[in-house]
Amino acid sequence: MINLKDNSKINKMSSTARTTTLSTTEKVTLSLKKRHQKERRFKNVGLFAVLFGFMLVVVLISDITAKALPAFHQHWVKIDMDYKANWLNIDGSSKQSILAKQMKKANYRSALKKSLYLMFPTPSGKSLSRKDKRQLFKLFSSNAEFTLKDTLITTPEHLNKQISVWVRLDDDVDSYLKEGFASGEAGLRLSKQQAQWIKQLASAQRIESRFNFSFFTASDSREPELAGIRGALTGTLLTLFVTLLLSFPLGVAGALYLEEFAPKNRWTDFIEININNLAAVPSIVFGLLGLAIIINIFGLPRSAPLVGGIVLTLMTLPTIIISSRAAIKAVPPSIREAALGLGASKMQVTFSHVLPQATPGIITGAIIGIAQALGETAPLLMIGMVAFIVDVPTSIVDSATVLPVQIFLWADSPERAFLAKTSAAILVLLTLLLVINLTATVLRSKFEKK
Amino acid sequence: MMKSTLTKTIISLSLGTVALMSSVANAQGNSRDTITAVGSSTVYPFSTVVAERFGKSTSFKTPKIESTGTGGGMKLFCASNAINTPDLSNASRRMKKSEFDMCTKNGVTSITEVLVGYDGIVVANSNASIQMNITRRELFLALAKEVPAKDGSEKLVANPYKLWSDINPALPANKIEVLGPPPTSGTRDAFAELVLEGGCKKFVWIKAIKKQNKSKYKTICHSVREDHVYIEAGENDNLIVQKLSANPKAFGIFGFSFLDQNSDKLQGSIIDGQAPTFDAIADGSYPVSRPLYFYVKNTHVGKVPGILEFLKEFTSQGAMGEEGYLTDKGLIPLGEAKLASVRQNVLSLTPLALNK
Repeated sequence: MINLKDNSKINKMSSTARTTTLSTTEKVTLSLKKRHQKERRFKNVGLFAVLFGFMLVVVLISDITAKALPAFHQHWVKIDMDYKANWLNIDGSSKQSILAKQMKKANYRSALKKSLYLMFPTPSGKSLSRKDKRQLFKLFSSNAEFTLKDTLITTPEHLNKQISVWVRLDDDVDSYLKEGFASGEAGLRLSKQQAQWIKQLASAQRIESRFNFSFFTASDSREPELAGIRGALTGTLLTLFVTLLLSFPLGVAGALYLEEFAPKNRWTDFIEININNLAAVPSIVFGLLGLAIIINIFGLPRSAPLVGGIVLTLMTLPTIIISSRAAIKAVPPSIREAALGLGASKMQVTFSHVLPQATPGIITGAIIGIAQALGETAPLLMIGMVAFIVDVPTSIVDSATVLPVQIFLWADSPERAFLAKTSAAILVLLTLLLVINLTATVLRSKFEKK
Repeated sequence: MMKSTLTKTIISLSLGTVALMSSVANAQGNSRDTITAVGSSTVYPFSTVVAERFGKSTSFKTPKIESTGTGGGMKLFCASNAINTPDLSNASRRMKKSEFDMCTKNGVTSITEVLVGYDGIVVANSNASIQMNITRRELFLALAKEVPAKDGSEKLVANPYKLWSDINPALPANKIEVLGPPPTSGTRDAFAELVLEGGCKKFVWIKAIKKQNKSKYKTICHSVREDHVYIEAGENDNLIVQKLSANPKAFGIFGFSFLDQNSDKLQGSIIDGQAPTFDAIADGSYPVSRPLYFYVKNTHVGKVPGILEFLKEFTSQGAMGEEGYLTDKGLIPLGEAKLASVRQNVLSLTPLALNK
């Protein structure tokens, strides 16, 4: 560093004696500008790299969010449902208990059809043609009959009455309304006639856009208007629970042994190399291992979060061991020596001094491993977690899928409305990732303070 | 403080692990209450719809459907009669004799075959460009690895065609660019068999090879060119749909249900004078359609609750029939009479016999 005073002296010198050869300080001064320029350039390149990366993230997130938005609301329609007993195939005169049983098995589909045909009389008073009937019925979600069934079972007094019931519109109609076609014009998969019916319903204030709660409360479905992520989310949480339960204690114990207790010889070197190599093994290999050993030899059930968790444990274990070892290594040896000097045993040193100091680093490693496991699909393919599963899993041996698999399955579905669902599920996955990372940060800062 | 909590955490976690392992042993009983199916990704969209409705309308659990591909599904299905093997296996082609033998060898001797319906394979492009009218012979010339020489001699040369108009001047003078499924896909197998072989057979001298050397004939007729004219676009048909709307000159090969769902963006090419419409595939006049099946392990009926009821639902008029909900998903239904005979066969669990 040259201070100001020196600087002015040099300037004076250089102006008076230009002809003499340059001294070292002069050379330094002359190259100073160039070096500063270089530094500035490097700083700019670095800044550009950061900004570029940030911009990509912003573009990605905003693109996904924009595509996901339609998935969060859903169009409903109010229909006038005629719960006529003979349409439903119910004997209205039977006793209460028999009536309840009949209501469970009644033919709601045909009653719904008949009610709908009444709602749309033809101008000439004739009944709709066969083709028109089919087209009309397609406007309503295939779940409508189940909505009607639930309504009647909860309020049996509706029997033989005409009631207004809100039901979901079909995903084709929903997409049509969301993409903003001119009212009454054919679009997407809707014909002109169908669009006219929708226009008629809309002008009678019978169509309403509501927040799509079922996206969070329902499980997978082949009907986009019904599909939700609850099953996949539960499956993910169960799988990660198993992964964490197995990989964290195993990983920390392994790292502690290798760092603190193991003798340094060829065997431990060999193990170390293998752990490092395992961290780089493609994840599908672990899936094959899971299929061959865990399912075929141990006979654990296919598609279960337990098996998924074990396979993902194999995958995250090296990550956790490597980062835990780094954290343990970073604890200053003076602490160990001091404790040993005071007469503590190796065990006491490890658990009361080394481990607490290394905890923040270990937790970071574990979270990185878990976050990696969160996004995996490939190893789960082999063990049957890529499947259509409707029932929400309640234990780690039930069949389940996970969020990335759900995203994969929806992205592969022909129905257009699944595009939005796919993006929405990605958003949920990203949110989960964010929550996990936040937890890690909070935990780490808590341990660091101590 | 720190020390004790951490040690405790680690110990309790390890104990938890042990408890977990032992609880699994209990879960490994001899019963299962969910029907499980594996197999073709082409049948998957249909069987999942039935499964979902079955779960909603009955007191049984919703069946679990895995998409493993036809071949992979057969391997799992034929592994044994044990209760942890799948009950059903979906297939986008008929069970092969070799697979049937594998099943028999492993003790799976009683299998019911269910013909679900038909699926058309389409060659489609963006409806921003013109609809192509093409024959299977021309498609073979456009996409096969080796084709008969242009001079008419009975000799195979590496496919020289670059533009559609090179094959037939009536076709557009655009670069041949076709996106299609990879070799692992059943759709690809069916395309090779129905379109490429169908076109290939039109050359009399190639057809004559079949009698002398079947495997050579198959190599000629089933090999797809590898010079980046046929682009393998992965198993994701939605991706192909998106790429086609971005590039109006490209064509894509996929199942009819994707064309049906995206009819506002895409048009199917006319093949051998027939456009791929629902009716043309159903009455068999569209040449590129294939049957879809699933197979039932008869020994599991009665052990896993609901299999017979599931079969009843699947083969009902409301599902597989001409106006059933499966046709809304793009399935081409069987005729009235065929459906009735399939249903009768299935519900009596008539075992399959393959003697090919």
